[in-house]
Amino acid sequence: MPKLLSILINNVTCQVAPGTTVAAAMLLAQQPSRISVDGDPRVALCGMGICFECRAVVNGTSHRRTCQMLCEDNMTVETNS
Amino acid sequence: MKCFDVLIIGAGIVGSAVARECALLGWRVGVIEGGTPAGAATAAGMGHVVVMDDSAAQLALTAFSRSLWRAESTKFPKSVEYEGRGTIWVAADEEEMAEVGTRQKVYEEAGIAASLLTAAELAKQEPNLRHGLAGGLLVPDDGVVYPPAAAAFYLAEAKRLGAEVFYARALSASHKQVRLSDGTELTADRIVLAVGTECDLLPALPIQKRKGHLIITDRYPNFLHHQLVELGYLKSAHKVTDDSVAFNIQPRQTGQLLLGSSRQYGNEQPEAEAEMLRRMIDRAKQYMPALEKLSVLRVWTGFRAATADKLPLIGPAAGLSEDSSLWLAAGFEGLGITNAPGAARLLVDGMLGRESAIDATSYLPIRLTEPARLAHA
Repeated sequence: MPKLLSILINNVTCQVAPGTTVAAAMLLAQQPSRISVDGDPRVALCGMGICFECRAVVNGTSHRRTCQMLCEDNMTVETNS
Repeated sequence: MKCFDVLIIGAGIVGSAVARECALLGWRVGVIEGGTPAGAATAAGMGHVVVMDDSAAQLALTAFSRSLWRAESTKFPKSVEYEGRGTIWVAADEEEMAEVGTRQKVYEEAGIAASLLTAAELAKQEPNLRHGLAGGLLVPDDGVVYPPAAAAFYLAEAKRLGAEVFYARALSASHKQVRLSDGTELTADRIVLAVGTECDLLPALPIQKRKGHLIITDRYPNFLHHQLVELGYLKSAHKVTDDSVAFNIQPRQTGQLLLGSSRQYGNEQPEAEAEMLRRMIDRAKQYMPALEKLSVLRVWTGFRAATADKLPLIGPAAGLSEDSSLWLAAGFEGLGITNAPGAARLLVDGMLGRESAIDATSYLPIRLTEPARLAHA
């Protein structure tokens, strides 16, 4: 079994297997990827880079499509408000 | 045949504001819209409610109109997204800073609040601007609106007061008669053309299309606090021949940023042009390098209705048409949103023969007719 990666999702450390997308990690951690203009929590929908619902702040950069990114060790991920 | 006191052709922001102003008088008002209400120039614009001072007449109309926006700002529905963000005119160097001083005096004399910002104060107000800019002029009472929603509000108010809206194209409009594409025939004592850049009902309208591009980003709350415009904007807005771009950026209520601006004459193609967009983004990055990291969601183009002297046509069509039932509210170039409420007042004052809050003669269409131009030459 390969070593688990450690990432920080909304200030909570999570362990995920290599090859996990950031969107999947956020779903596992039950954290919304973003908050809509009307204040609704959103999570990944299409999972293939089209719907843009999975945008989150990754390593300080907002609006990254998390379904198109693999988790890396020590990555920080936050809900995009 | 249905009879009205006034028929307004065009339900953009100007036509809708005029409709409400007329309906407030208790008149029988008809509004005719052949496309989507507020779907052309109104939808394409930024929605910057701004005092501009490139002529005394422009300063008077924008200041008057802005006072009407502000007086009503608490009454708008949330959708109008009115925010008193204020404008900062950004000076890149000492030469532009000297111009800021001159400008502040002009504003002061006109009773418009405006304060000088030093380089350090500018950086504090807008930390995402690059270092090394000279300063700026803060005009705190300028605002931002979402234009299609503001137009919809005016039109809804007009309807609430009894106005009737016809969704069909006006095929002809003259001598108190309007014929619509669905066969309807209407009559009114006065016909107002609030047609933006569409001149087919009166080909003598001295209006040229001036193309513009806009860019909207994803949501970046608190990236920007005021509408920022480079001081060189007036220089570029004044050029009548070459294509030009200027740094002009606006914070929306959603946290999105609306980025302009471009001006092109003689290009009537609606396609967005990569070359113009590249020039706009390059220009903006000279002022705000941090824009580099933001994502753009959408770009679009629109056409401003430009006149030769940069002032709108508000009043009777005399000189352009012998038809005394025809009135104009057109040719607002880049200030249609700002000037819509003021123009509606002036037009109705003219119809009633009532004195206006500001001198309306500078906006009368007759000034741009051939004999008037020769007399001034």
